[in-house]
Amino acid sequence: MMERFYNPVFVKELKLRFRSFKSFSGLMFYLAVICIFIAGFLLITTEFTGKGFFKPEISFMMFAVLTILQMALILFITPSLTAGAISSEREKQTLNILLTTTQSSTQIIIGKLLSSVAFLVLMLIAGLPLYSLVFLFGGVSPSQLISIFLFYLLTVVAIGSIGVMFSTITKRTIVAMISTYGTIIFLGGITAFFFFLSMAFNQMGNAVGTSTSYMAYFWASINPGALMLTLTSSSMGDALVQVSGVELPVWISYLITYSLIIVICLTIAIKKLRANMKSNR
Amino acid sequence: MIEIRDLTKRYGSFTALDHLNLSLEEGVVFGFVGANGAGKSTTFSILATLLSPTSGDAIINGKSVIKEPKEVRKQIGYMPDFFGVYDQLKVDEYLDFYGASYGIGAAERKVLIPQLLELVNLTNKRNEYVDLLSRGMKQRLCLARALIHDPKVLILDEPASGLDPRARVEMRDILRNLKSMGKTILISSHILPELAEMCDEIGVIDNGKLIAHGNVASIQAQLQGEKRIVVKATDCLKEVREFLEEDPLISSIDVMDNRLEIAFNYRGTDDDQVALLKKAILANLPIYALSEEEKDLEDVFMAITKGADNQ
Repeated sequence: MMERFYNPVFVKELKLRFRSFKSFSGLMFYLAVICIFIAGFLLITTEFTGKGFFKPEISFMMFAVLTILQMALILFITPSLTAGAISSEREKQTLNILLTTTQSSTQIIIGKLLSSVAFLVLMLIAGLPLYSLVFLFGGVSPSQLISIFLFYLLTVVAIGSIGVMFSTITKRTIVAMISTYGTIIFLGGITAFFFFLSMAFNQMGNAVGTSTSYMAYFWASINPGALMLTLTSSSMGDALVQVSGVELPVWISYLITYSLIIVICLTIAIKKLRANMKSNR
Repeated sequence: MIEIRDLTKRYGSFTALDHLNLSLEEGVVFGFVGANGAGKSTTFSILATLLSPTSGDAIINGKSVIKEPKEVRKQIGYMPDFFGVYDQLKVDEYLDFYGASYGIGAAERKVLIPQLLELVNLTNKRNEYVDLLSRGMKQRLCLARALIHDPKVLILDEPASGLDPRARVEMRDILRNLKSMGKTILISSHILPELAEMCDEIGVIDNGKLIAHGNVASIQAQLQGEKRIVVKATDCLKEVREFLEEDPLISSIDVMDNRLEIAFNYRGTDDDQVALLKKAILANLPIYALSEEEKDLEDVFMAITKGADNQ
């Protein structure tokens, strides 16, 4: 039974990943950033005395900013792990040999994706003790933390799929990397810009400003930052409902959009892996 | 065992393979010779299910490379002309990964890997990192990898390129061993003598067309026409030269004083050559060696293709 689910590429990738110094340094960098942030935050709120009150509201604010920061770090790190998945094999001239084995294209792509996701999950778990500091001061519920982590996971898989897809369809890792970061800038930055643009456009048309703007809602719903804001504080979600006029919670649209991204990107990657063969299986 | 039918591959207006037909029996060692870019690697890539032909088909052990690529992959072991290895992976882990990639169970892999390492003389390198191995060792490891699922057919693209003479000999010994195990082996090379020693049949490809196919001796004769022979003498090069000039079958004599050698083109048969040698010995010439110079196939090729263009 174990053999059935055994994915050779997954096992090999994990082995290679944990043997490289890059993974260790990446993990260290990630934890260092979070440490510095938390230490800095605590120092500033206690005015560098190390003493004083730490109110639940402040703890909550730290939680909110930490959540956004962690999302930004994930968005920053994921492409570097996945955008080389296939193209680096091509550059190292190991891909042809891999493609003559009896592994299916699906198996290879999924193995590559899962190994990167596994590393990112490890990263998130490694950061959990730091993250849990917020519980010390209250203001945040565990269920909130769990839902945030599930959405981290969804985002990691989606961005990972985008990286693997670009890695499969482009010849070189550097091109795949740039394309993936480009997509992230679009999802994280340009959508926010479009959101404000469509909001302004909507308000121009209606002096009252209460009409429905599906456009504004759409841009907000695919932005990871916006999602994290609505997840951390429900007032943010209410505000969005008010300005856009769409009742559907952002997380549902986000879930649907990102699931679609995963499915589409992986399908393209699987189809294009053996691009020189007409039948792809 | 292998049946290539009207195989054609075009890249835009360039035809890499032009209606190639070839049929090979089981257990044959087939040498594929041709200049660089003649279409050897393209043919091998198609057989290895890495490339779809524009038209035609290839059947390996009853399975079509177009219709059943996955079945074909079970039948073949492929070694590309250029390949890389994963750094940070040890020799036995490298084989273990590919074994798993072919769906071989963990217990079976454990038994198989030492046997394969033994076969390619890498047993003592078992725990070394793959990228630290020498080129010859990597080549042998890649061969072991190609054998891990016990394929019936081996497709080896330039297995001896870039190897030093010692590594070449080792590679040849391994291939001889595999032949005795009954594998059908396809090897490509651009150097004819390299193949001549170990192949049963040879096919010559030029501009995507198979221009000759047969056993080694006939192909060699067909391609080379005149032999280039070198005699070595201990002394009296002048006398040897005069003696050679008398023979009507000899032309283009070159005397290499510094090495005490004379090279010349010879049109005669093997029997003529025996007569020549006998005559030389009777004439009391201090000749101690007479040998055929091995020609690089590309030289011969240049000559043949040039001749074809002129007609």
